[in-house]
Amino acid sequence: MLELYGHQVSSRLLLGTALYPSPAIMAEAITASGAEIVTVSLRRETSGGKTGGKFWSLIQSLGVRVLPNTAGCHSVKEAVTTAKMAREVFGTDWIKLEVIGNHDTLQPDVFGLVEAAKILAAEGFDVFPYTTDDLVVAGRLLDVGCKLLMPWCAPIGSARGPQNLDALRSLRGHFPDVPLIVDAGIGRPSHAATVMELGYDAVLLNTAVAKAGDPVAMASAFGKAIEAGRQAFRAGPLEARDMAVPSTPVIGMAAFS
Amino acid sequence: MKLTINGCQHEVTAATLAALLAELDYDGGWLATALNGEVVPARERDGCALADGDRIEILAPMKGG
Repeated sequence: MLELYGHQVSSRLLLGTALYPSPAIMAEAITASGAEIVTVSLRRETSGGKTGGKFWSLIQSLGVRVLPNTAGCHSVKEAVTTAKMAREVFGTDWIKLEVIGNHDTLQPDVFGLVEAAKILAAEGFDVFPYTTDDLVVAGRLLDVGCKLLMPWCAPIGSARGPQNLDALRSLRGHFPDVPLIVDAGIGRPSHAATVMELGYDAVLLNTAVAKAGDPVAMASAFGKAIEAGRQAFRAGPLEARDMAVPSTPVIGMAAFS
Repeated sequence: MKLTINGCQHEVTAATLAALLAELDYDGGWLATALNGEVVPARERDGCALADGDRIEILAPMKGG
């Protein structure tokens, strides 16, 4: 079981709720993935509360825990205010903290991120920081009160998969007891399995499922890959070798010449 | 009184945030509100007086990644 801020989950997949062809397909994909935690956001309501209300009722009917985000926030003030509004609406101290630093790459503004994380942690939030794979930033986030980290493995929505395995390994090695969740950049189940094999605790993804040809089938595939990756990590994968090593015994070979 | 609500100009008669939500036909316990960049919790909307030129944000749950 994975414990996130005192809450135990058996599924190691956290799934986003955006970009699906329809709300019904989203609901089916969440169920098929086995995810117990889904990400949600807060946006301007223009139709008297009806749009948000419908979406919220659907999410509540799925029996999952929600992780609200501060997606799209570019400043500490915006992110902190959004987090406070999310806490009121969703009734949870959990917040996926995003402070975006660049419009093109959507990479985190790590300076603003640490500042916002410090403010929110002090106000009792359980902060899930969307960060880069930078080791020093990770340390600062833990210093200011984060109890877990969510490094990217590639830019949001890029589907490129792990771009810097050394950095991901380094984070895992330096923080063996901190839950580490890869958030952003995963494109295929094999990417998810790869980071799970490194010992990552969970994977958060959205686009790779929502924009797949068959989101429900892909959700199920991700669920299986993440479970397989976790099992492989626990089983102790072999290290790569430079040279071939025979698997069949070499002793007892017949002599024909 | 002129207010900026979710980025759009509105002419309203409501004097409090709670009255404004009713006037604009907003309904539901899932709404979050802010006045001039500061969060206003639901329980404080009745006593939250509005002034000409105020900026109000009304947010609701939405899909997200």
